[in-house]
Amino acid sequence: MKLYCLSNDPNKPCHILTFKEITIMLDCGLSMQSVLNFLPLSFVASNKLLNLPFWTPQNVSEPELEGELRENCDRVFIDSPPEFCPPLDKLIDFAQVDIILISNYLCMMALPFITEGTGFQGRIYATEPTLQIGRLLLEELVLNIEQCPKANFANQWKNFVHKLPYPLSDSFKPKSWKRIYNMSNVNASLSRIQMVGYNEKLDVYGALQVIPASSGYCLGSSNWVISSDHEKIVYLSGSSTLTTHPKPMDHHALKNADVLIMTDLTQTPISNPDGMLGVLCVVVGLTLRGGGNVLIPCYPTGVVYDLFECLSVKMQELGVSNCPMFFISPVADMSLAYSNILAEWLSSVKQNKVYVPDEPFPHGLLVKNSKLKHFKHIYSEGFSTDFQEPCVVFCGHPSCRFGDVVQFIELWGNNPRNCIVFTEPDFDYIDALAPYQPLQMKVAHCAIDTSLNFTQANKLIKDLKPSTLVVPECYTVPPVSAPNLTELVIENNPDRTLIPYKWGEVINLPLKRKQAQVFVEREIAQKIVPVEIKPGISLSSLTGTLKVKDNVHNMESLEKIKDPNYQANIQYEWGSLNVTEFLQKLSQDGITDAKVEPSGSGVMIHLQDEDALIQIEENCTHVLCNSDEKLRMRLRNMLMHCLKKF
Amino acid sequence: MPEIKITPLGAGQDVGRSCILLSMGGKNIMLDCGMHMGYNDERRFPDFSFICPEGPITPYIDCVIISHFHLDHCGALPYMSEMVGYSGPIYMTHPTKAIAPILLEDMRKVSVERKGDQNFFTSQMIKECMKKVIAVTLHQSVMVDNDLEIKAYYAGHVLGAAMFWIRVGSQSVVYTGDYNMTPDRHLGAAWIDKCRPDLLISESTYATTIRDSKRCRERDFLKKVHECIDRGGKVLIPVFALGRAQELCILLETYWERMNLKAPVYFAVGLTEKANNYYKMFITWTNQKIRKTFVQRNMFDFKHIKPFDRQYIDNPGPMVVFATPGMLHAGLSLHIFKKWSSNESNMVILPGFCVQGTVGHKILNGARKIEFEGRQIIEVKMSVEYMSFSAHADAKGIMQLIQYCEPRNVMLVHGEPAKMEFLKGKIKQEFNLECFNPANGETCVINTPVRIPIDVSLPLLKAEAKKFSALPSESKRQRVLHGVLLMKDNSTCLMDVDEACKEAGITRHVIRFTSTVHVNDPGPAMATAHKLHLLIKDRLPMWSVTFTDGSISLESVLVKVEGDDEEQKSVFVSWTNQDEGLGSYILGLLNSMSN
Ligand SMILES: [Zn+2]
Repeated sequence: MKLYCLSNDPNKPCHILTFKEITIMLDCGLSMQSVLNFLPLSFVASNKLLNLPFWTPQNVSEPELEGELRENCDRVFIDSPPEFCPPLDKLIDFAQVDIILISNYLCMMALPFITEGTGFQGRIYATEPTLQIGRLLLEELVLNIEQCPKANFANQWKNFVHKLPYPLSDSFKPKSWKRIYNMSNVNASLSRIQMVGYNEKLDVYGALQVIPASSGYCLGSSNWVISSDHEKIVYLSGSSTLTTHPKPMDHHALKNADVLIMTDLTQTPISNPDGMLGVLCVVVGLTLRGGGNVLIPCYPTGVVYDLFECLSVKMQELGVSNCPMFFISPVADMSLAYSNILAEWLSSVKQNKVYVPDEPFPHGLLVKNSKLKHFKHIYSEGFSTDFQEPCVVFCGHPSCRFGDVVQFIELWGNNPRNCIVFTEPDFDYIDALAPYQPLQMKVAHCAIDTSLNFTQANKLIKDLKPSTLVVPECYTVPPVSAPNLTELVIENNPDRTLIPYKWGEVINLPLKRKQAQVFVEREIAQKIVPVEIKPGISLSSLTGTLKVKDNVHNMESLEKIKDPNYQANIQYEWGSLNVTEFLQKLSQDGITDAKVEPSGSGVMIHLQDEDALIQIEENCTHVLCNSDEKLRMRLRNMLMHCLKKF
Repeated sequence: MPEIKITPLGAGQDVGRSCILLSMGGKNIMLDCGMHMGYNDERRFPDFSFICPEGPITPYIDCVIISHFHLDHCGALPYMSEMVGYSGPIYMTHPTKAIAPILLEDMRKVSVERKGDQNFFTSQMIKECMKKVIAVTLHQSVMVDNDLEIKAYYAGHVLGAAMFWIRVGSQSVVYTGDYNMTPDRHLGAAWIDKCRPDLLISESTYATTIRDSKRCRERDFLKKVHECIDRGGKVLIPVFALGRAQELCILLETYWERMNLKAPVYFAVGLTEKANNYYKMFITWTNQKIRKTFVQRNMFDFKHIKPFDRQYIDNPGPMVVFATPGMLHAGLSLHIFKKWSSNESNMVILPGFCVQGTVGHKILNGARKIEFEGRQIIEVKMSVEYMSFSAHADAKGIMQLIQYCEPRNVMLVHGEPAKMEFLKGKIKQEFNLECFNPANGETCVINTPVRIPIDVSLPLLKAEAKKFSALPSESKRQRVLHGVLLMKDNSTCLMDVDEACKEAGITRHVIRFTSTVHVNDPGPAMATAHKLHLLIKDRLPMWSVTFTDGSISLESVLVKVEGDDEEQKSVFVSWTNQDEGLGSYILGLLNSMSN
């Protein structure tokens, strides 16, 4: 069994697992850190961005790089539509992948890169919310980039990476970066997904069983149990033990695995989500009361649902409930609608509401009461009439490189009464704001990451008791942001093997299969006569017809064999032969001329009249005679009477 | 032979109060717990005293499974759990869990408040009963306990309807509840995978009907409604609040829009808005088209269909009214029927099945005079139409489902005996399957083959595969797996004999025989050996025979030739006791040559 690591970002994982000749891709995450190196895409010509000075490295002749790089506040940016770093395609041919398992909607953004134009022919499994909400995320990404077409794609700069300033110089594999896929790729890729339910047992070519188990992280998020008759592998992706809107995490299914692969832990190991939510509420209250606007760059789904609910209550308490919340995304309406029809995937509190019937989330009501207004874009019909300040705006993208957030930063950036609040943990907020500097608006950092922190992860591992634990290497050392906090690691423990891995590696996982399973027909089973060899240990020989279909082994009755030479009930003799007893049997049978001589480690019995020799040793007996079958059969019967068998 | 036992307490050669007891592998499962709409006495509930004559039935039932929210499938649930006494788990889908209590409460009101029924369950009992419900999701594998597993499949029919696959050990059963194999205006078609159950228990409401196309039926329905309102008549359509009602509303709504009709359409159920809200929230259970468009336009927001008020009954002019309940056995639909029935320009359209004893059943069978309590006699002059809109599988659909899941046996329930007989014949003929249709209280026993899973050592399997592939390809006989079963502690594993002896800590005692035959064959010994090799190969074509250094071997049998170029050769045949058959056969073969 092997594990290939294709992604350099443990929070946007992509692995290949090969087991029992089946190739499984575990998640299909797309790292988007690369986009931070690009200038923001603005669909209204931005004077500021257009007037940034060009930048050229020393000793590089102008024409080659002309226009590709621009500088702002000591940072260099690429002036081009953004590019993305897809999963590594050198280790494995994607045409060979049999199945892809998607854990949650944040771990599938690379799907079109993997499944389209690669010869991929396998199946993709994901839950219904993962598919429906994942579709929204993919569509939003494509629309956000497509609505700001740029004439040129910058490419030359990749030849001079070593001459570029940090962080561009540190870009990860820039030559493998790709432009975003288009909508038809998205549709084609998503149409390959087969929807599955929690605890649905999926059969993979008869060789493996795959089961998704609720992971508590977001709507429809799952962990995966991959098992054969005798082995159990658990793949743990984005998981949460906190109580938010999704169905709680299912621990039980993950216990006692032979191998536990653990990835996608928190990106904010030092702060806790509840505290951050508290800070957010305070910041929003203060800003609105001071007459400023709040801008929250976010994904169009996930924690925002909780933010709508939480903030609307807080704003009421703080007396600023007359300030509206705007939710702006090309998929805002779909996101709000879908979240309210996926009751079966929600926490029991939310689920019980639909039995009333009430909508599980209050945002339907907030929309009805005009507390929450949603638009596809800021240029959508009705937005300018409804727009009112001060307000709270939720819009994408959290990288601040595309989407309506670009326009809002331009609009509000110069007013110190406004505040931009970062709640998504995927991007560093300083990097996200770098192309807009200098900014007057306040900046608050309240990243809310509900996925497992190190304390929770270590506790979970203790509870799940895997034999082997496989984690990204970066989880075995303290985070770069807090090198002294040595408790922020996955603990090593003598009870299990810990195997770290990193990008581009292929790991051999210690799993030696020793046993398989066979189904025995009742008729055969009835013939089994266990012979107790020692207390508690019994043996029985067993023979049957073997039928193999779809990797399932069945043993049926032998009766139909026509070959008369085939012995249907072979048995085995064991132990040593009691020579005295055997001699007694011989004389009872009328053979009285037996001559016993010591021979080697045993004895030799010579039957003179019958012209036969019987050589007896501790573990074997050899009968030598001429072709007198009657005599041989007599001897055989006597021998078998004297020996134990099973 | 292990068995599966099935006893219908209801729905055995009958429609109404579905309730089937299933026993297998020591587990007892109740499938549905319905009530009969045609009766007002104790016959309306299944006879739970069959399970135990007195006291709670909890000790005798491991779980209860409810297929969908129709009262003939869940109407007796609060009576069973709260009055007879059952505290175990009850499984149903999320929409069923949401909607069933509403319908139960509605029925309770009609029975207790209008009919003055005594000894009926209370609102509180419905609430207590629903607390015992565990909601399941489609395809989710649910372990009721360590041995009992259930899984729900989409059944169409009504929102949240499910078929259930039930497994104990190696035995399995599929219970369909009511299902529909063709998608309709708001639901998709039932689907199941090739799960090969030992028994398929299928409803057979429309066992003999091969229904004409859906489109024709819809056109027919709209034509009749249109004609009636054109002549100024009133149309009464008795329905149940949830289910068919929504489909017919979508149908009329689009027709009214297209034809620009002005006659009012009313939906006379207090539940309508609430009911439609359920459809909105469980939109994932509806069909593809509705799911796709629900964000832009909600199919369940109707423009032409208005809420009904009792005062409208006597309004002049044409109108269309949807009223509950669907079988005209009580409530508003019956009230309107009484008011309108004497006018021949009016029409009643019964869009679903009516059980025996209901007014619906009577007028469908041509009764023109109906007698009610208090000697009230009503003459039926209005036209009576029946349109099969209930979403049940027809004969074709039932055959299709059998094809999908490939059961070993079939049992028909929830249908009329004569129709069942017809379908039974068809199933036997087409699939060559055993088909049962027990009556209520009659126990049916089905024998099932058993497959016992045991562990097998991988080297043993690999050795067999290697040996099998080495066999001459033109003579591949059946594959044979032979080994020794080691039973130790709680584990059982099949392995190679030497491995088993090692694990058990014993040594084998090998008995070997060597017999000598004298054969007359001049020439070198090698030539004789060659001849013998060909002979043995010819006689034992199914075995892999090898020839090396002048000795012939197959399995443990070894044949060697000795002697100079003289006439007589000594042939030694040697084998272990385990190959006695083969060894003695070859010895016999040589003996016959020497003579
Ligand atoms: Zn039904």
